[in-house]
This record gives sequence, structure tokens and C-alpha cells, in this order.
Amino acid sequence: MGRKILFVTTDQQRYDTLGCNGGTVARTPVVDALAAEGIRYERAVPQSVVCMPSRSTMLTGQHQATHGVWMNGVPLPTDAPSVATLLHRAGYRTALIGKAHFEPFLDPLGRFTENRLSASGAPTTETTQYDGLPGPHRGFEHLQFATHGATGWLHYAQWLGANHPHHVRDYYQVLDGDLEVNAAGFGDTGAPQVKHNPIPTEWYHTDWVARRTIDWLDGLDADDDWFCWMSFPDPHHPWDPPESELHRIDWRDVPLPDGYRSDVAERERILDSKPRHWRLWYDGALVSNYEAPTHWVPATLTDDQVREINAMNAIECELIDEALGRVLSAIDHRGWGDDVDVVFTTDHGELQGDFGLMFKGPYHVDGLMRLPLVWRPARSSAIDPAEVTRPVGLVDLAPTFCDIAGLPSGDWMQGRRLPTDDVDADQRGVESQLTAWDSELFGVGVYLRTLTLEDWVCTAYLPGTVHDGTEGELYHLADDPLQQVNRWDDPSVCAVRDDLVAQLWDTQPPERHPRIDLQAPV
Amino acid sequence: MATIRRELRIDRPASDVWAVVGDVGSIHRWFPGIVACELLDTDAGPVRRVELATGLQLDELIVTNDPIARRFQYSISGGVFRHHLGTVDVIDLGEDDCLVVYGTDATPDVMALVIGGATGQALSNLADLVGAPTGGST
Repeated sequence: MGRKILFVTTDQQRYDTLGCNGGTVARTPVVDALAAEGIRYERAVPQSVVCMPSRSTMLTGQHQATHGVWMNGVPLPTDAPSVATLLHRAGYRTALIGKAHFEPFLDPLGRFTENRLSASGAPTTETTQYDGLPGPHRGFEHLQFATHGATGWLHYAQWLGANHPHHVRDYYQVLDGDLEVNAAGFGDTGAPQVKHNPIPTEWYHTDWVARRTIDWLDGLDADDDWFCWMSFPDPHHPWDPPESELHRIDWRDVPLPDGYRSDVAERERILDSKPRHWRLWYDGALVSNYEAPTHWVPATLTDDQVREINAMNAIECELIDEALGRVLSAIDHRGWGDDVDVVFTTDHGELQGDFGLMFKGPYHVDGLMRLPLVWRPARSSAIDPAEVTRPVGLVDLAPTFCDIAGLPSGDWMQGRRLPTDDVDADQRGVESQLTAWDSELFGVGVYLRTLTLEDWVCTAYLPGTVHDGTEGELYHLADDPLQQVNRWDDPSVCAVRDDLVAQLWDTQPPERHPRIDLQAPV
Repeated sequence: MATIRRELRIDRPASDVWAVVGDVGSIHRWFPGIVACELLDTDAGPVRRVELATGLQLDELIVTNDPIARRFQYSISGGVFRHHLGTVDVIDLGEDDCLVVYGTDATPDVMALVIGGATGQALSNLADLVGAPTGGST
């Protein structure tokens, strides 16, 4: 019997939403306790700041250039490498419960497996794997899907519609009548994507994901080894937690984030020091991607809207923390407590008021790029608690799962197992991470490549619709933790910039050919 | 209005490819997610009613079916569409060589991608259906 793996992901959660990372709004005692007992990563970096490419990186252990999912709406091929397949072939029981999003959601043609599976009633479907052999879809023998509401074809939506149909419409409608991301707000301040949701907490998707996870674990034999990816759709927008939970945090008491400037002139001065798409989006003059409401203009954001969104987001983080606590209790109840590794992270961050912006897009700064990552190794592994300051990436997760299972990493994997402390990181040369952004939406193309080190983050722009390829961003993370001083054109650090740019281009991962078409908005 | 275009070079005579594209009742053989279709005569003109794998139905008004230009055009009406025009051109490049271009124009913009996003796979399926030796190349 080996170590079991509970892989917990959230969606679009900032580093600073956890108490163990200095967060003061949400109470997250469960994850804080995991961090105290395990390893807390100070700079965990996504390889993409949107869902589908980032989640594909977690599964494959590859950068987006290699797995080919270059933006939301680009499906991960069903025969793409999968760490779950590797574990399943080694005898692990495997499940993914919650948000997968390796394939597009907006799928009226029913082309994609994730959308078809719930209607079939089967726990999985057999597909050809990366090695040409058959196996359960992406290596998971049990799949139960959910996303940010109750519309669509996924399991949670089907379950709510069948069992509590009058609550389906309780959720915020993520898309408007034109199927654009909805800009409307139904909270107290008119903030976009906020609603007071009448649904009872026990029927909300966070609780559903935890309950389905416990149900699956309860069905396993005591001596089974297992890999369970429990994937919560929150705290991604819409921010519509159950209204019965709103008493937890009064938005009027929530402090404005450090990265938000109430002074409009100061805010716009900072934006103007960055490549021009920042200000163009802020002013409502450019929409480069589908991930934020098309008809919402960030310049209209108010202090109270920032407070309300942060309060709603924090409530969702608390619900996740409590749901995770129930799953961990169930695991202890099964007698597995000493043999389970728990890895908690998210796919990317959220701007959440930084620079006067919300949501996400081609903005490689800490709001989107600095992630919560906690690894509580199995107690039986006798790995000491630690804090790791060297940059690690989501690309390192798949090799870590292999290492936990005592398996060699797949030869397709591009990351390395997570370091257990800074000494381990230094001995193995763990010192930088790559992130990429490629978007092409209705004639607007934006392309970024970023290198993150412990002290610098450097982003170079490729030629696109609003960039000529000479632009960039360079921030010193210790001197400028909010990334408000772009030093790309600062003569005093031009040698640093040139070295980092050279390193950035020298370390780009191989690209998949042929390129996969964009096949849906999301 | 937004536009999406996908194209594929197919190593088969244009006449062979057109024989499939112009056979409007055979769309379910090569367009992913369409599981059945029927042809209707309506006051507005000939309509192809397609059934999707999700159970949804779409009515497609046939706008152009020109075997000389080898151009097929259709317009989806109803639902969220305020405008739609799908255009398939089969362009002769030689004895065993043609280029197929599939354009999708739609309002709301998102619908161009929702429908047009499937046309790349449709062209690949079309190449397989006509027996192209390599399945076509973009």
C-alpha cells in the first residue's frame, strides 16, 4: 500500500486569500493547518493565467506550447499525456470531481466528452491514451463534473435540475443574451458578476463537489491507493455564494486591496507605464479575450464594488475551506490520515481590484501569477514542514504526483517534482518559471512570454494587434511587490532586462504541431 | 458581426469534394455534432433542419447551392442568432487538388465561434470522407 493523493484545486484564487499567506478577509483554518504541517510555496506560478491551458498543464506536466491548449476554447486532445493515466496504470484508483475544463463548455453541438458524459450515466468512457492503448478518459475511472452555476450539460447542473429544479435559476447567469460574459450586477453596489444567491448552502456546487468526493472515497477498499482530483469551481466569478452565508463578511468592512488605487489619476498613471493594452482595456477601448465581460468598462469600477467583490470572494473561499475540512475528516475516518498527501492550489489568480481592474487577461502580474500552493506530505513520508521561496510552477505538479507514488516521471513531462525546501530547490537548480499568453479573438491578437525568478519578473511581447514586439514589463519583486513600476525602459537595469529576455527565449518549450484551432469561446 | 474562417487543402478533385458539399442532405456525415438532417420546403425557401448531438435543432435556410462556382451558403435562423451566413467554397487547384474554405459570419459575435469553431474539424472529416490520402492539410 502506497501514499494516496488528494489534489485540491480551486479556480481563480489569489495567493493573498489564504490566512497562511497573510490574508485577513477570509478565514481559512483548514488550509492554514495543512500549510503549518507541510510545505507552503511563496511563489507558485501558473504556466497560463486562464483555465483550460493551466488545467491542461496540471494534467500533462507540459507547458501550453507543448500540450497545445493555447487559450480557453482550445480543447486538449483526448490522447494527450495524462498523469492520471500513468497513476491508473500503476494501480491507483483515479477520480476527478468538480471542474475539469480540458474541453470547451460552450458546446451546443455536443462535441466534447466532458459535456456528453453526464447524459450517458457512465462514470467514465474509454478512449485511446497517449501511448496508443485504451483506458478511461484521461486516466480517470470516475468523473463528476461541475462548473460555475447550474446551466449546461455537466453532472452538477443535471443533478440540481433533476432534484431541485426551482433552484436552477438562483445562480447568476454567467452569460448575457448575446452569450457574452455578463456585465450585470445584482448585489448592493452594482458590481459585475455579483448576485445574492438564494440557493441553500448544501445544494451549492462547493458542497456538492465535497459530498461527491466523500461518496467516491467511501466506495474504495481500505487498501486501495488512490488519486482524487477535487476541483472546486469557486472563487471564480460569478460571485454568487449562498445568501445565507453573506453574514460572514460585511463588505463595508473589507479594506481596499494594496494594489488598488482610489485616486484615479494615480491609477491611470500606473496603467500608462505599462504596455498600451492595459489602458485600452481599462478605458473600454479594447477587448482582447473572452474572460471578462465585454460590455463592462473597468474605469467605472468603484471602491465599494471592489469591497463587495472581495467580500463575496472571501465567503466563497471560506466555504471551500470548510468543505475541504469535511473531506479530510472523512479521510481520517477511513484510517488513511497518515498516508494521504494533500496538494492545494488553483489554476490562476484574479486581479480583484489591482490597478483598478477585475477578472483576468493578458496581465502577467501577481494578482494572476502568484498562486496559493500548499503541499501537506503524507505524515508517513516524514517530510519536514517548510516554506519554499524559490519559484515553482503548476508544471511541477504532475512529476510531484509521480514521485509521491514512487513512479518515474513521464518522459513527456517538462516540470520537476516540487522542492521540499529551499535547500532542495537550490541543489536541483529550481530558480525560474515560464508563463505564456496567446489570444486571438475576432481579429485581436495578444501574445506574451514571461520569465519569473525569485527577484524579477520579465515579460516580453510578441507582435500583435496593439503591440509591435518591442514592448515589455520588468518588475523587481522585492522593491516593487505590487508591480507598479515598470522598469523595462529603465537604463539602470537594461543589462538585467537583456539577460532575462535572452534567458526567456533560450528556454521556450517545444511547440506542438499542427496548432490546434480555437473551437469555442470558452 | 464576427467572422471565422477555416480552410483545408484536400488532395482530391474539386468535383469529388463538391459532390459531398453540394449534397446538402449529407451534412451529418461530416459536420461534427450533427447527428441527422432533413430537407424541408418552406415559404422562405429550402431549409435544412439539423439535429445536434445535444438534442437541439437548427433550421438552416439554403441561400446558395451553385455547382458551377462550387459555393454553398446557408443561414441559421432563430434562437440567439440575429444574423448568420455559412459559406463553403471548393476551389479547384488541379487534377487531384482543391482548397476548401469554410466561412462563418454571425451576430452575436460569440455565435460565429460557437458554430464556426467546429468547421475545422468538419473540413478534416470531409477530407476523410472523400478519401484524401493524408486527410488534408491546412
